[in-house]
Order: sequence, then structure tokens, then C-alpha cells
Amino acid sequence: MGMTSAQKRGFGATLWDWLTTVDHKKIGILYLAGGGFFFLLGGLEAVIIRIQLISPENNFISAGLYNEMITMHGTTMIFLAAMPILLGLMNFIMPLQIGARDVAFPFLNSLGFWLFLFGGVLLNLSWFTGAPDAGWTNYAPLSIQSPGHGVDFYIMGLQLSGAGTLMGGINFIVTIVLMRAPGMTYMRMPLFTWTTFVASILILFAFPALTVGLFLMMFDRMFGSAFFDAALGGNAVIWQHLFWIFGHPEVYILILPVFGVFSEVFPTFAKKRLFGYTAMVFATFLIAFLGFMVWAHHMFTVGLGPVANSIFAVATMAIAVPTGIKIFNWLFTLWGGSIKINSAMLWSLAFIPSFTIGGMTGVMLASAVADYQYHDSYFVIGHFHYVIVGGTVFGILAGLHYWWPKMFGKYLHEGLGQISFWTFFVGFHLTFFIQHFLGLMGMPRRYWVFLENQGLDTGNLISSIGAFFMSFGVIVFLINIIYTTIKGKKAPRDAWGSGRTLEWTISSPPVHYNYKQLPLVRGLDPLWIEKMEGNKKMTPAEPVDEIHMPNGSILPLIMTIGFTIASYGFIYQTGNKYWLIAVYAGMAIALISMLTRSLKDDHGHHISKEELERVGD
Amino acid sequence: MRGWMGKTKVFFVFTLLALFLAGCGIENLTALEPKGYGAEKSMDLIILTTLIMTGVFVVVMVIYVITLVRFRRKKGQEDYVPKQVEGNHKLEVIWTVIPIILVLVIAVPTVLATFDLADDSKADELINVNVKGNQYWWHFEYAGEEIQTSQDLYIPTGERVYLHMLSSDVIHSFWVPSISGKMDVNAENVNTMYIEAYDEGVYWGKCAELCGPSHSLMDFKVIAVSPEEYDEWVNDMQNVDADAEPENAVAQEGQELFEANNCMNCHATDSAASGIEAGPQNNGPFGPNLTNFGDRSRVAGILEHNKENLVDWIMDPESIKPGNKMTGQYPDLSQDEAESIAEYLLQLQPSEITPESAGD
Repeated sequence: MGMTSAQKRGFGATLWDWLTTVDHKKIGILYLAGGGFFFLLGGLEAVIIRIQLISPENNFISAGLYNEMITMHGTTMIFLAAMPILLGLMNFIMPLQIGARDVAFPFLNSLGFWLFLFGGVLLNLSWFTGAPDAGWTNYAPLSIQSPGHGVDFYIMGLQLSGAGTLMGGINFIVTIVLMRAPGMTYMRMPLFTWTTFVASILILFAFPALTVGLFLMMFDRMFGSAFFDAALGGNAVIWQHLFWIFGHPEVYILILPVFGVFSEVFPTFAKKRLFGYTAMVFATFLIAFLGFMVWAHHMFTVGLGPVANSIFAVATMAIAVPTGIKIFNWLFTLWGGSIKINSAMLWSLAFIPSFTIGGMTGVMLASAVADYQYHDSYFVIGHFHYVIVGGTVFGILAGLHYWWPKMFGKYLHEGLGQISFWTFFVGFHLTFFIQHFLGLMGMPRRYWVFLENQGLDTGNLISSIGAFFMSFGVIVFLINIIYTTIKGKKAPRDAWGSGRTLEWTISSPPVHYNYKQLPLVRGLDPLWIEKMEGNKKMTPAEPVDEIHMPNGSILPLIMTIGFTIASYGFIYQTGNKYWLIAVYAGMAIALISMLTRSLKDDHGHHISKEELERVGD
Repeated sequence: MRGWMGKTKVFFVFTLLALFLAGCGIENLTALEPKGYGAEKSMDLIILTTLIMTGVFVVVMVIYVITLVRFRRKKGQEDYVPKQVEGNHKLEVIWTVIPIILVLVIAVPTVLATFDLADDSKADELINVNVKGNQYWWHFEYAGEEIQTSQDLYIPTGERVYLHMLSSDVIHSFWVPSISGKMDVNAENVNTMYIEAYDEGVYWGKCAELCGPSHSLMDFKVIAVSPEEYDEWVNDMQNVDADAEPENAVAQEGQELFEANNCMNCHATDSAASGIEAGPQNNGPFGPNLTNFGDRSRVAGILEHNKENLVDWIMDPESIKPGNKMTGQYPDLSQDEAESIAEYLLQLQPSEITPESAGD
């Protein structure tokens, strides 16, 4: 239904539909597209960094521009690429997995997306006047003293997109708590839903710390306060605490959802239920809990003293235990299975050794005294790229290959998928493995140049060559998307034939109300249970009846535009008070939109029984 | 199977080759060849954790490879449904308990070493140096000795030297990989660490916390000399005659230009100038102390120590260290004037003890 009617509509109507949509699936796709765009931008920045470091004392870009490049690379990849793409997958898949027709707050969902997008665009507009240059960690006092408006763009951009993320997190928690299909108890939820749930809890508790930090930074830079100014009695180390109280859980926000992805992919392609499901769920919670207890391991060299360093060192090492449990559970899910290897599976299988190396170096970093050498060196760069690329990016690509047929109704091309996998995989290890050694050989991170005759030339050259391989892999993946969109093979409901969870019981792509009748869930892996009992489809939990769906709305977009105008005003009012007009005007737009939303009744629409029967399921 | 093993071997050889080519880095810079107490402590833990973690990695990889070889779906098995295993208590206990034990094996020596390196109970009896980090240079003041110097830190071998570090602007981080791990140099509090070099040598120091455009150019040196040589150096530095006239005429002209062009506002040529104090106030010198400039190991911390580079630096420091605080602080100089000043600075050699004494 969706496809054909969309084609008949004009471009204007289609655009309006996407601008006003509150459908979790469309918002999911918007997140993927937005996050994908920023991923390419962040990747381009990474390539520029690697070209600068291809040879000693290179002069490809200037020192100032280099610092802008590393800052924007990190900020873009974390806040504008990895997290939104994950939110996109969660948005699209999680409601399907729990047998829901949408998320709990569709309007808020749309607002969250637009805030992320405009926050990201705002941040990147800084390129025209000077981007932030104090690193993605934005440590005071360097960030306070940074001239120009770069850091102001960082503050306002992240504040906007952070608010969007927070809304997404709250929305997912409520959705999972309240909207599971009949019979779907907590311990029958798919692992991806579980990790979405736990990651959302992390968002809920971690992002406020960032919000507070950004506000303090905003007051310091724009309104003359001195929270981080040592000369006026402030303390810059407080920024580091606030940043990492957010920043460390953020790492788990990035990794837990892809743990969920792998926990779906392995059982599907090994035709075997997840080994140690209960242990997996509890390990996820344990990782999340410990994730809040270890932020100071980013600060071993700050001078917190041996007591704090020891406590945080041991707490950090403890995280290895639940993570190890997960790795072994995945291995034993595969053990004894009937393993089919395709591109979704290749990304998942490649994750195990790559992420294990990232975990190994993680434990090595936790040893505080060893960290005195690793800290702020290329060893750390190697470590967190093994975790974030070898974990999060591999997981995202596994998830995209796995769910692409569900999301778009077509299979990604297998051959192109394998080419992009192998080039990216080889490039990834070439780029980052050697960096562990570069760090120990005396190369600190965020170095615009490394000097001649310091034994660092070969390693950096290898690393840069790897970056080109990775770029090639990404380009092939893009070609794959275009090819698939035009000529891709159509996918049935159960696209892989061995699906286990609810999303594989409905059409690919799903109709906008997802389920004509909510399914009755009789255990973990509900589709698998029905298949094993020879049932062709799920048992419905309700008769065919009218379905109540929310209406689209342009208000989230208008509200966001208001906030964005106000943010611009905040940034530039430091130089010229006339910009306060933008602050007031933007805020007025946002508040009027909120008022409209509050006062205007919108009861949504109903899909009649007759229409449902006409369409089929 | 055989072909697959062959490929792995090739891959292995390539990896080893790459590592061999890259080596362990250069001596006196790399942390992989520790030459001091802190670096050795770190290296011990690096080796311990690497060994344990490599063991874990091997176990994971063995299971992984066996699984992939044995349980790959073969032709004709498309409809085969494997046994749906829920879990296994015994296995799950094993892979929970063993990691806990491994973590404890790492945790105990980590905690011991952390306290060991933070021990400053004997600081009063030993050499204490106040270190000040600045964009983009380092200042060293020997407490109680009335000695100040910049960029090159002289220490005796085999003795602990306590560093009390403070920043005058943004956060820096003091790192001499071959001798010791790093510690941040904050603007609000004094951080204390100690270093001890085993052998004589000129050790590379790096700033390890992003501090602005020239962060990557904020190098310095630790020059470890024998205790006797160190005493001699201290003696020489304490007896510098600040009013001494250079011997040759060009240098004399350079000294006059040095005084006429506001250089003295920031740069002292007298080692005993007033000390820096702990605390947030910025009362340190605004530019590096030049008392023993002629003996420096590098110009501006990075360039080879010769007149040509020094003249380049004086003429246009911005082209060498973008964002430095010297640019624009003095009138434009002609090439000749810069050469005279360089001549003057390069003959400031109050001591026989130089980087060469440490074998550079």
C-alpha cells in the first residue's frame, strides 16, 4: 500500500509527508539518512587527518585547521553519526520486535529527530566561520580561551541534538514498558529490545550531566561566569568530571545496542537460540551499571591521587567480566549451530576478534600505572577505534544488512556487501592496530605533525594506507545502497527464512500500522516457536478491529527551527546585542508551537475495519 | 583446510614484518625501552596485562576458529535444525569465575604500583623542581637552588627528582616516555610526580594534552647526567655572571639589540631570577629563561640547535610554532640584527655540562 500510493503522489506531497511524519519507521529511516550523511562527513574529516599524518612534518593542512578537523571528526562521529544511526535502527525495529504499532510518544519522536538534525547542521555551519578546535572532549580552559565562535557552535549544536537524544531515550523506555504485545513478558523480549531499553536508561541518566556541563560552559563563554576559570576561583577539572560522567556511559550507549544486533544476527544465521539468554540480559544491566562507576579512568593522569585511581582502576577491570560473558555466549550460540555466512554475518563474525582486541586493550588501559604511558597517546586512539569501529560500526553494518530487507523490502547485494566488508575490515586493522605501537613509541594523540627521525614514519604511513581501504569499503557500500534501491531483489516477510522474532512476521516493508492484529507471544523467539509447531503464521491476540493511529504534524519541525534560530542568536549576541532579537524570535516560534500543540486537540485517525480487511495483512 | 592455513601463515609473516619495520621506536623516546623507574613500573604492568590478555584472546580465537570450521552450514544441510540449547550452568560459571581471577591478578600489582608512584614522603630530602607549563614551552625552577632554566631539564641519574607542576594557561601534560608515564599540568592545582633516570642520556619529552595549535611542537628534553656532573652544573648555574660582556663584537652588538628590543621583558638571562610559586596566579616568566641558551639541545624545542634555525625563529616564530606568544611582541628585526642576537644567545654557555655530557 505505502509504496504505490507514495509513487502516485507528487513530490511536494511526499516531501510534506516526510516533514510531518510521526511514523516510527519513517523517523527511523530519517535518522539513518541523517546519521549516514554525518558519517560520510566525519569519514571525510578522518581521511584529511590521515593525509596530514601520512608523512612527518607534513603541511597538508595548517595547525589550527587540524585541531578543528579532529574536534569535528570526533564530535560528528559520536553525536551525529553513530548515535543517530543506532537510534534509527532502534526506532524502526524495536516497536516491531515488541509487537507495537508505534512508539509511545510519536510526536516527541519526531521532535527528537529534528532536534538532532538541526543540532548537527548548526554544528557543521561553524565550518564557514571557524569550527570548534578544543577536541571532542572540549576540555576547559582551552575551550574557554578558544577564540572565535567555534566552541559556541559546539555548545549550542550539542545542546540541541542532546535534547533530541534525551527525548528518544525516554520515549523508548516508555514504549518498552507499556506497549509490548500480549504475552511478551520482559524475559521474552528479544535482546535488541533489551539493549535498546538499557541504552535508553543510560541516555536518561547520562545526558543530563552533559547538559549541565554545556550550560556551565555556555555561561562561561557567553555571559561572563567563571565556573571553569581557575584565575577567578573556578575549576576546570570539573568540566572533565561532568564530561566523563556523561562520556563513559555514552560509550555503552554506543556499544550496547549493537550487542543487541549481534544477539539477533547470530541466532538467525546459526539457526540456534541465543545461548544463555538470561545471563546476556543481566550482563547488559551489569555493564550499564558499572558504566556509571568508572568515568575517572579517563582522568588517571589528572592528579586525583592514588586512592581514586586505584578504585576506578579496579572498577574498570570489573567490566571485563560481564563483557567476557557476552563474548562466550555468542561463541556458544554459534557452537553446534548451522552457520550460514553472508554479509550481515561477516560483519558480526568480524566483530568478535576485533572487539575482543578492543576489550583486551581496555583492561590494559584500566591498569592505572600502565595508563600513565597509554593515556592521550595513539594507544588510546587505537583502543577506542577498535571498540567503536570494530564494535559499533561493524554492528551498525551488520544490522543494516540484516534488517535492510525488512526496512526497504529489498536485499542488499551480497557480492558488493562482501567486497565492502573485506576492504573495510582489512583497512580497519591496518589503520588502527599499528596505532597501539605508535602510542607506546612516543606519539601523543591530537598531534598536528610528528617530527622526522622519531621512528614514527612507517607506522603512520601504514595507518594512512588503511584509511584509504576503509574509504573504499564505504564507497562500495554506498554503491550497494543505490544498486539495491534500483534493482534489488524483493524480500518476503521472513527474509532470511530463519527469523525468530516478531518483525519477521509482517510484510517487508511493514504497513504503517505494522500489525493488523497484535500477535500473541507464547515464548522467547515467538516466530520460531510457531514455525517449529508447523504454524504458518502468528496466532492473533485480538480480532480485526479499527486501529487508532496518530496524525502527522509539522509542529516538531517548526519548534526545532525556532530553537535553532535562538541558538544562532545566543552564539552571536556576545559580539552584537542585536542578535538577541534572534534569541527572542526563535524562542517565540518554539513557544507558540508548544502552545499550539497543547491547546489544539488532535485525536489522531482511525483505520476502519473495512479498509484493513481490503488490504489483507 | 591446508590452503586456509597457508593464508594465515602469510598474514602472520606480514604482520611480523610490519612490526619489525616499525621497530620499537627510537631509543630515549619510546616507552617500550624503559630507562627510568616510572617507565619500568608501567612496562611491567604493560607486559603482565598483555600476556594475560593475549591468553584470553587465544582462547577466544581457538573456540571461534573451531566453531567456524566445524559448524558451517554445508550443502544439503539447508533444512537441518540444530538443537536449541538454552545455556549451560557449568560453562557460564567457568567463564565468570576465571575472568574474575584474572582481573584480581592484574588489580593487585596495579594498586601497589599506583601507590608506589604517588609516594612523596621523602620529597623534602631530595631534589625538587617547580615545573611550569606554558603555551608552548616548559619552565623549570630548582627549589632552594635559585636556578631557573627552560626546555632542558637537568637531573642526576639514579636519584628521584620531584616535579611540582603547574600551568600558566591551559592544561598540558608532562610526558617523557622512556623515563616515566605522564601527568597533567593543571592551572588550578600543583600536581606532583617523581622521575628517576637510570642511565645518562638526553630523553625526549612531549606535551600530551591538547593545548592549542602548536601542541605537537611543545617538545622538551630531560638531560640525565652523572651526579658529579649534575653538581658541577648546579654550581655553574648558580655562579652565572649576568653582567658579563660577550667576547666577540657581533655578540656584543647582539646583546645591545637584545636589550633594546624588549627581549628582556620576557626572557631572563640570569638563572637566579625570582622563583615561581604554586597557586593559580600567573607569576611565572612570560618567556623561556635563556641563561644557558647556548647549551640547549634544540631551538624552540624542535629544531636542530644551530644559528640558522635560531635566526629563522627570531625573524618569524609564527611560521615555526603557530599560535606562540612571542610573535608580535617585539619590533621587526632585520636579518643582520637577528643574526647578531643569535650570536649573542648562542654564546650563553655558563656550564661545561651540556647535552653532550649526557651522550647526545
